[in-house]
Amino acid sequence: MKDSKRSSRRQLLRVGAAVGGGLLARRGAFAQQDAPGQLGIPLGPYGERSPYEKAVRWRRDTKTPETGSSFTPLQDSVGTLTPSSLHYERHHAGIPTIDPAQHRLVIHGMVNRPISLTVDEIRHLPSVTRTLVLECGGNSGSEWAAKTGPDVQRSYGLVSCSEWTGVPLSLLLNEAGVRPGASWVIAEGADACRMERSIPIAKAMDDILLAYGQNGEAIRPAQGYPLRLIIPGWEGNANVKWLHSLKLTDQAYMARDETAKYTDLMPDGMARIFTYQMEAKSVITFPSGGETLPGSGLYELTGLAWSGRGRIDRVDITLDGGRSWVKAQLQEPRLPIAFTRFRLPWRFDGREAVIASRAVDETGYVQPTREDLIAVRGTNSAYHFNGIKFWKVQADGTVTNVEA
Amino acid sequence: MWKLSLIIFAGAIAAQSPKYGVGRPATPEQIRNLGSAIAPDGTGLPEGSGTVAAGRTVYAARCAKCHGEKAEGGIGPVLVGGQGTLSTAKPLKTVGSFWPYATTVWDYTNRAMPFDQPGLLKPSEVYAVVAYILNINGIIGTDQVMDAKSLPKVKMPNRNGFVADPRPDVGDKTRH
Repeated sequence: MKDSKRSSRRQLLRVGAAVGGGLLARRGAFAQQDAPGQLGIPLGPYGERSPYEKAVRWRRDTKTPETGSSFTPLQDSVGTLTPSSLHYERHHAGIPTIDPAQHRLVIHGMVNRPISLTVDEIRHLPSVTRTLVLECGGNSGSEWAAKTGPDVQRSYGLVSCSEWTGVPLSLLLNEAGVRPGASWVIAEGADACRMERSIPIAKAMDDILLAYGQNGEAIRPAQGYPLRLIIPGWEGNANVKWLHSLKLTDQAYMARDETAKYTDLMPDGMARIFTYQMEAKSVITFPSGGETLPGSGLYELTGLAWSGRGRIDRVDITLDGGRSWVKAQLQEPRLPIAFTRFRLPWRFDGREAVIASRAVDETGYVQPTREDLIAVRGTNSAYHFNGIKFWKVQADGTVTNVEA
Repeated sequence: MWKLSLIIFAGAIAAQSPKYGVGRPATPEQIRNLGSAIAPDGTGLPEGSGTVAAGRTVYAARCAKCHGEKAEGGIGPVLVGGQGTLSTAKPLKTVGSFWPYATTVWDYTNRAMPFDQPGLLKPSEVYAVVAYILNINGIIGTDQVMDAKSLPKVKMPNRNGFVADPRPDVGDKTRH
């Protein structure tokens, strides 16, 4: 009601402006019959989103609130970046509160000069900024089960894409002087459980970032403030947060999170170890499970594709359960190891449609089906599910997983 | 004098002189304060030792609350059993059935347990509780003592249960 009053007043003002200054003197006569305009809220030091926006992470219940995962609401995403506040989380012992002035990164072990660095010192070194996707090795773990996830957030939401800024790890390792024979870097976080992972030196000297910035500001506490590893294309768990120790060694340390966890059990009882690489994957975010199309008509079908091995070359869309595929439009620029937004104009005619996307990356790797994955890996490997996700758009416009 | 200069010169080459000279020398104390990271060959294991009997006491006091009186699981995961299940439809991954190195049990218990007070246990208590968990999984005898020498020698049942990552293993790899 108030909105329509205000817009009619705006129209009157526009007329007044058009007619000229003579009419402005009579503005009071118009305004008199109308509610006066209200001032908005004052300027603020740190922005918040509109109170009408409700997108939030979803958190699976765990027995201990300090452990677990929270999932990015991909169904509400637009573009290719994830707001830091909606970046997925996976913590093992809660989020530590770290004063950056007190924090030190120590590089030790098989180095010529064990060094201790402050966050300020690191921030003053030559930096690199890269837009990179980060995906939990366990993302889409729900999809190994007979009944797959009901919506895109809970089934594919342990993935986010940010602009990360930091220092090449190779620069810091050169400062410490890596000794001959050092073949692994043991990275340890300053969280309560001091999460640790072993990383091969070749990757450490290649493209790993020691990051302190995310999306134009300091990394959020939940993402590893003040320092974390960003390992392009590798599973999230290896991207150690709250980093305080890098130890150069001649062997992998076989940490709990690279032996008991984050290993992929095959049907023959053998488990794959050091499965760092994330493979090409995509999912339709609209329309997706849990949503309802208001009626027949023209829609923009859209989603996200990414690959840990490089750029997305192509995304195919099926509207008939996989019988035929058409190419989606890809948003440029297609950055390597980053979200690529895909789109396809689609007319929903009120008939059931089973829709899905299939990504192809620059290595020629084609995103497999769930059945293809299970045929090779069985259903107990837990990690690295990157299968094609089908949604069923029912005749009444409701969207579900295909088992519904 | 000539010899000394040569040594200094050779040392400088080996040291790949730092470009930015950033950071301060890390002190031994600083490195010690980071705590122990334990390699599978036992590198990093501290002094101390623990018996199965002592471990039973530590377990009851510090672990049973979450992992259950008989390590059957609760708030925390089950710690016993599962051997022979890895290739079945319902694999049970425990310290006994899945973990390839006993040193990992020590390292993780030491760094991350008890869940709400990680770092609480002294090295000998960690040795003891690890001995107890290995014992109830049938991996070591009741009279065996765990220390920096004996722990890395423990042969875990699933020691050879891991293979390198063969991916890409699924999917049409030909360019369309």
